[in-house]
Amino acid sequence: MQELGKAESNSIRITRQDDQRVTIEKDLDTEHMVLSMGPQHPSTHGVLRLECITDGEVIVEAEPYLGYLHRCFEKHCEKIDYPAIVPYTDRMDYLAGMNSELAYCITVEKLLDIEIPRRVEFIRVITSELNRIASHLVAIGTYAIDLGAFTPFLFCFRDREHIMNLLEWISGARMLYNYIWIGGVAYDAPADFKKRVAEFVTYFRPKAVELYKLLTENEIFVKRTKGIGIMPADVAINFAWSGPMLRGSGVKWDLRRNDPYSVYPELDFDVPVPDGKFSDVGDCLSRHLVRALEMEESLKIIEQCLDKMPEQQGFDPRAVIPKKIRPKAGEVYGRAENPRGELGYYIVSDGKSTKPVRCKARSSCFVNLAAMKDLSKGQLLPDLVAIIGSIDIVLGEVDR
Amino acid sequence: MSSSPSLNTWSDALSGLSIGWFPLGLVIIAAIPLVFIALYALTYGVYGERKISAFMQDRLGPMEVGFWGLLQTLADILKLLQKEDIVPKMADKFLFVIGPGILFVGSFLAFAVLPFGPAFIGADLNVGLFYAVGIVALEVVGILAAGWGSNNKWALYGAVRSVAQIVSYEIPASIALLCAAMLAGTLSMQQITMMQAGPGGFMHWFLFTNPIAWLPFLIYFISSLAETNRAPFDIPEAESELVAGYFTEYSGMKFAVIFLAEYGSMFMVSAIISIAFLGGWTSPLPNIGGLELNAMTSGPVWGAFWIIMKGFFFIFVQMWLRWTLPRLRVDQLMYLCWKVLTPFSLIAFVLTAVWVINH
Repeated sequence: MQELGKAESNSIRITRQDDQRVTIEKDLDTEHMVLSMGPQHPSTHGVLRLECITDGEVIVEAEPYLGYLHRCFEKHCEKIDYPAIVPYTDRMDYLAGMNSELAYCITVEKLLDIEIPRRVEFIRVITSELNRIASHLVAIGTYAIDLGAFTPFLFCFRDREHIMNLLEWISGARMLYNYIWIGGVAYDAPADFKKRVAEFVTYFRPKAVELYKLLTENEIFVKRTKGIGIMPADVAINFAWSGPMLRGSGVKWDLRRNDPYSVYPELDFDVPVPDGKFSDVGDCLSRHLVRALEMEESLKIIEQCLDKMPEQQGFDPRAVIPKKIRPKAGEVYGRAENPRGELGYYIVSDGKSTKPVRCKARSSCFVNLAAMKDLSKGQLLPDLVAIIGSIDIVLGEVDR
Repeated sequence: MSSSPSLNTWSDALSGLSIGWFPLGLVIIAAIPLVFIALYALTYGVYGERKISAFMQDRLGPMEVGFWGLLQTLADILKLLQKEDIVPKMADKFLFVIGPGILFVGSFLAFAVLPFGPAFIGADLNVGLFYAVGIVALEVVGILAAGWGSNNKWALYGAVRSVAQIVSYEIPASIALLCAAMLAGTLSMQQITMMQAGPGGFMHWFLFTNPIAWLPFLIYFISSLAETNRAPFDIPEAESELVAGYFTEYSGMKFAVIFLAEYGSMFMVSAIISIAFLGGWTSPLPNIGGLELNAMTSGPVWGAFWIIMKGFFFIFVQMWLRWTLPRLRVDQLMYLCWKVLTPFSLIAFVLTAVWVINH
């Protein structure tokens, strides 16, 4: 049997049989369908648009289209003073405002080279770890919705509400805090703050276990996520993945450990990395698992911070905040471990102005989303939803 | 059309009642179940779903309209009635309009053969079970018409998934019901129920009278979830994947009709499973010595009460599952149907046959 030729993208095959007969085979004509998923679709987590070329339910190619939420963050930064940029950073990753503020502030402080009071450092770490738990709760809850389980979502939001209340109490806002300022924080922690955070920690521990049993160990949930969207560690590194995504691929990389900032070197916590027993390393379940286990580590960090935080009567967190921020000429790149990965700011100062010449944000979601095309190739439509959910994007940060 | 004479006297008296040529009694007998279903499905099914999901999720659910939100569904219906009836410009208008109708008819026709008591039955067909299983398949046509007529890619996906799912799951479901028919030796719904009646209450139910019935019972329950598109098999309307599946484009009263059909079929499969395995309208209470509990809780009104209670119980279990479990994937659903449920239903069929021959 000898193949003579193919035509029209493999749908017609011409072969010569052993007895010299020529056969022409023609497959059933099929057409690919272009399916526009989003910008308004329940599982694209905001205004992401995926243009999927589908063959039945199989995704041949999925191309993400961005920019529906672009607000010119970087251009705005060139027109406003350094402290005034802090509220804008809240609006990038709006689910983890504290972490975004922290990343920006440590970058500017690096440029200014100023000393931060120890109490302020602890307040910053406690609030941003609380916010990390809140952010992971949203990630896990919406992931459950993506896979069709509604109840875990509301359980997550019930627990997140306590964190929102705590953060509202300390900063005056529930989502967009403007709390961590360059050189300090906006207000000192209230008198009972330690007690109520400790109460939350004891409240939340059993709830996290309950959530783990309800969702993570659920047979159907495991079936839907195990072995789906596998990203090998080397490819993940080449895509510059970070945060839970990279750790899900089995790379033990956490900026709180690998490039420590604030008081993290003093604290004792693990960096959870899937061992491949419960999940296949690099799949959607691994990424979910990292988030679920990280909440416990954040609780550990908060507990230690509550022990170590120095009590100071009449402490003024604004005391060391510089009146006029005019850094010397130079450039700096500062980064912090956000719930979604490495959030970095690259700031250039000309030494004369109180405004940055350039402020570039390295968004973790944007970088993680870049692998979407590779991850989704050849997957089923429901698996595409599982993959988008496991990337855990916040479009506010993707588009900036 | 054969039932025991003692039970039929009551219904005969009622069906004899007529004003002139108009057979009032017959209309009442036929209408009672349907009126109940309409009331149930429109108000308390939806209300119950919302309240149960709320309690499972640490919420209160509807609380504003009426005492504890009891009138919430009524307010929703009024809202849906006032909505503009939109037919998309590019839709196939005929199919788009007829789709919800077929769906509604398919799910409600089966109520004709459900015995709601010794006397309350629309039509005691001698092939009642067969009719109930067959008429539900009509829903597929409605879903396909709705999905195709919408001219929407998501709706089409939903419709295609739905047809594959419902047609596949009909096989284990029917075989499981055949086990019950074999145990009873008849296809008439009323007769199947009568076979399970007795002074022992629940001890006469097929689920407890033989050691195999739990297998077809479980198989039918799982398949019925898939047939009514309930979680974890709500793949045709998977809101996070397909926006809303085959009814993405529907609004207003057409949407309400689809909704009504869904709750109607939920009750229908719950009633069928109660009739086939849990004795339908018979009382679960046994006579204990001189205490004639069974006799005290039997009769036309009690019969309706018991089957509705049994139906509600299964609806509660359906809701419970819906608000607990994530959704399966299409291929996993088909795997479950063809490689797990169908072989096991055949095994159950053979075992039941052996059991019936030996007893």
